[in-house]
Amino acid sequence: MSNLNSLSYFWPELILTGTVLVAIVADLFYRKEDSFKVAWWVLGGLTLTMAAIRMGGSAVTDLFMGTIALDPFAEFFKVLILLSTVLVILISFKTDELKNYSVGEYFSILAIMAFGLFLMASAIDILMVYLSIEIVSIMSFFLAGYLKKSQLSNEAALKYVLYGAFSSGIMLFGFSILFGLTGSTKFFEIRQALAGLENGANLALIISAVFILAGFGYKISAVPFHFWTPDVYEGSPTTITAYLSIAPKAAGFAMLIRFFNQVMGDGTAMINDSWSALGGLPWPQLMGVLAVATMSLGNLVAIQQNSVKRMLAYSSIAHAGYMMMGLPVMSNQGIYGIMMYLVMYLFMNLGAFFVVIYIQGKTGGESYEDFNGLGWTMPFIGVVMALFMFALTGLPPTAGFIGKFYLFAAVIEAGPQFYWLAFFGALNSVISLYYYVRVVKHMYLRGERSDDVSMPSSNLVTVLLVFLAVPSLVLGVYWEPVANWINQSLVLLSSGM
Amino acid sequence: MNHLLSWIIWLPVIGIVAVVIIPRDKGTLIKQVSAVVTGVQLALTIYLWRIYDGSNGTFQFMESAEWIPSFNISYMLGVDGLSLPMVFLMALLGFLGVFVSWNINKAVKGYFALFLLLNTGIMGVFLSLDFFLFYVFWEVMLLPMYFLIGMWGGPQREYAAIKFFLYTLVGSVLMLIAILALYFTCGKTFDMLVLMETAPIALNGVLWWGMSAIKVIWTLLFIGFAIKVPVFPFHTWLPLAHVEAPTAVSVILAGILLKLGIYGILRINYTMLPDGVFWFAGALAVLGLINVIWGAMCALAQTDLKKLVAYSSINHMGYALLGMAAVIAGSSMGGDNLLAAQAGLNGAVFQMFNHGTISAMLFILVGVIYDRAHHRDIDGFGGLAVKMPIYSGIVALAFFAGLGLPGFSGFISEAMCFIGAFPVFRTIVIISTIGILLNAAYFLWAFQRIFFGELNEKYKDLPEINRMELFTVIPLAVITLFLGIYPRPFLDLISETMNILIDQVVSLGGLVNLM
Repeated sequence: MSNLNSLSYFWPELILTGTVLVAIVADLFYRKEDSFKVAWWVLGGLTLTMAAIRMGGSAVTDLFMGTIALDPFAEFFKVLILLSTVLVILISFKTDELKNYSVGEYFSILAIMAFGLFLMASAIDILMVYLSIEIVSIMSFFLAGYLKKSQLSNEAALKYVLYGAFSSGIMLFGFSILFGLTGSTKFFEIRQALAGLENGANLALIISAVFILAGFGYKISAVPFHFWTPDVYEGSPTTITAYLSIAPKAAGFAMLIRFFNQVMGDGTAMINDSWSALGGLPWPQLMGVLAVATMSLGNLVAIQQNSVKRMLAYSSIAHAGYMMMGLPVMSNQGIYGIMMYLVMYLFMNLGAFFVVIYIQGKTGGESYEDFNGLGWTMPFIGVVMALFMFALTGLPPTAGFIGKFYLFAAVIEAGPQFYWLAFFGALNSVISLYYYVRVVKHMYLRGERSDDVSMPSSNLVTVLLVFLAVPSLVLGVYWEPVANWINQSLVLLSSGM
Repeated sequence: MNHLLSWIIWLPVIGIVAVVIIPRDKGTLIKQVSAVVTGVQLALTIYLWRIYDGSNGTFQFMESAEWIPSFNISYMLGVDGLSLPMVFLMALLGFLGVFVSWNINKAVKGYFALFLLLNTGIMGVFLSLDFFLFYVFWEVMLLPMYFLIGMWGGPQREYAAIKFFLYTLVGSVLMLIAILALYFTCGKTFDMLVLMETAPIALNGVLWWGMSAIKVIWTLLFIGFAIKVPVFPFHTWLPLAHVEAPTAVSVILAGILLKLGIYGILRINYTMLPDGVFWFAGALAVLGLINVIWGAMCALAQTDLKKLVAYSSINHMGYALLGMAAVIAGSSMGGDNLLAAQAGLNGAVFQMFNHGTISAMLFILVGVIYDRAHHRDIDGFGGLAVKMPIYSGIVALAFFAGLGLPGFSGFISEAMCFIGAFPVFRTIVIISTIGILLNAAYFLWAFQRIFFGELNEKYKDLPEINRMELFTVIPLAVITLFLGIYPRPFLDLISETMNILIDQVVSLGGLVNLM
């Protein structure tokens, strides 16, 4: 579709851009103490964006001369991204870390990041892929280093920049090989060109795929591209850690799925042998091994942590590993499982991080000891945190179980050759139980019943926690609406117009 | 009542809501509400027992409702002769457990809420006929168990609780894989009734990595259930969990939780993988033998009374495993000895029930002495018979029941297991009779050390067992004695279902040798 015509389908992104501009200008009019008020402008803009997405209808087409896809698949991820952005902004109201900073830019950067994530979820041109990743990365660097008086935060930002630059460089190299092989930057043209390629070019194709995978792997923090994750997650403001563990990961998965399914696979329907076009290497097995490595590493290192925040950081690597179980099979079910997991993960992970933020404000620390006896002194926080921990473990009847259930189902449906993957996934859930339950242990088994019971100090905290906890539980019992939504969202733009 | 089974399952949840609403300084009211709720539940199960048609062994009082149609998951309940005794046992022990817990004073609200949740989880496992629902209930009962052991348990409670949790979770995730494998190979359904029909046929001849799919699924399921039973070598969590758990939780743990394992094997492995039964029966008998001997030897070596009782559970479950293995006697390979198969299976289920009542009684009695002396060291007592004649008498009765003295229900069920297994596993049965001897030895020796000899001066003022404690023990003792003399009401209830089960195994299984 031509550039001008595309604009009428581009309302969500346009509104988002307007939001960013308004927020930046608005920030100029607030004093430092009042800079939190910028958040309301951003929230308003995000609400309008959400409305624009919902009113956008269900057109499936390409925009801007075949660089951006408009399809239910992208819409699904946009909704997830918006939801997590809104929640993170609300959570940011209640964090102590940002107290002494001017936070006007913080909120506008979050909005820019959401814009970049939107593009990531819908890019169908390798240049657009690169651009969107860069928008997101650069904004992430800013946010990770936002606490400029904290050494850890500075370190996090610098590490993030180095790793980010390195991995996007590698990915760009992979893209250039792909462009050299096919002479196009557009997904669908590349696919056609690849189909007509001689076998001799196979090695180059494989190298390019590996490089591109490295770039995507960096975004979803898959082993062995995960090294930046723990330090960045620890040093960033906890609100940003929560955001980084969800929204960019979701967009990263969206991009990875779209790229490998549409460029390497046949693109129309997602079938088991989407990987076969690549040839050369046993791709599904390789992806399976990477998934197992990712989840095992995340879990085994998470066990050793003494800080709950750092534990959540490593465990988010493990969760990426679980979601990667959906990739080797590359079937509709696999993608479905990943999408289901992302929905569930959004609520339970944000909830867990929010509790950590709240406890940081109360006790000034984030180690396990800071949670001692919490179940007795703050019963409400204790109950919801226990719920989030069990949900992250994947115990029924919580949302986390349903997420894992669909991933296991996808793997097992793909046939006996993938059973080992389900087996390792299951064992890893058991490992994760150990450190998640450790939080519960400190909250309930340590400490005594006390009469000095405190409830959350503000209504916003209560409302937010309820909003995160209820889906974490209810979606574990009745998730048919989510299942239907994902079913309708499993439509990818499959060819250029 | 149309939804009798649902009421039985969800009644404790109503109790939880009530318990949560009651202010936390009204501890007695919380206990009374729990007693009423579990009492009503017990009344309902007795009513269920009365109107259940024993002459027809199929599923009765079925309920079915759509749940998640997009994945073929439904809410389906039903009861038959295999689950009914377990449901009754759970209701009985749940009710008595409230009174056993009467002296709990730490966080009363949390304790009883969790205790009721445990009740719902276990009832749900026994009554669900949808595999997904079954799994959800199976996992739901882990959480309250973790907290009950971890918060109200003994000195090593944290370790015991997490060990129990990790062990059982390993079992259940393996089970989840097996459930999904069954789902996708047998026509995408979680409906157990359908799976019982389709699975034996659909899995026939399916090979995974050169191995029969039946073997793979059987093994995954079996490990999951064996951890619960517990079958040697998966038993190490049990003594620890028992010793650390508060009395009422030990009662539920020994009385019901261990039965879930055997129930699962009979309900799922036996009906859906009958070929696997023939493949595994020999191993099952050997594992039963190991359980019998190993459990008895370990019990003999204990100085902690509660640990002794815990190991006796391992010992007693061994008899049930032997009885279960006897089912293959009913096939042409086993000599068409239908009577042996019947004796074995009926014996196994009867043994489950009897162990439920007897071990519950034993744990309550251990709790009684622990509350008074604050230790459970067998050698630390002596001569208690003089000070506590009533208590001694009841312990004697419970110990006799435990060692399988004729006249008690345990004797009949153990004998049935042996009679059933004898024609097919002659040597194993003969060796396992050593277990009976050891069984008698550890109980009698412990009894002698605690109650006879010189009275330990420290305990000359021990108060006698009180009325509340008597009230919790006597119903169990009466059931044990009654079924020991007249087991027919019980056997009539289950035998038709066992016949159906035997028919399922024998007619569908053992026809081919598994790869």
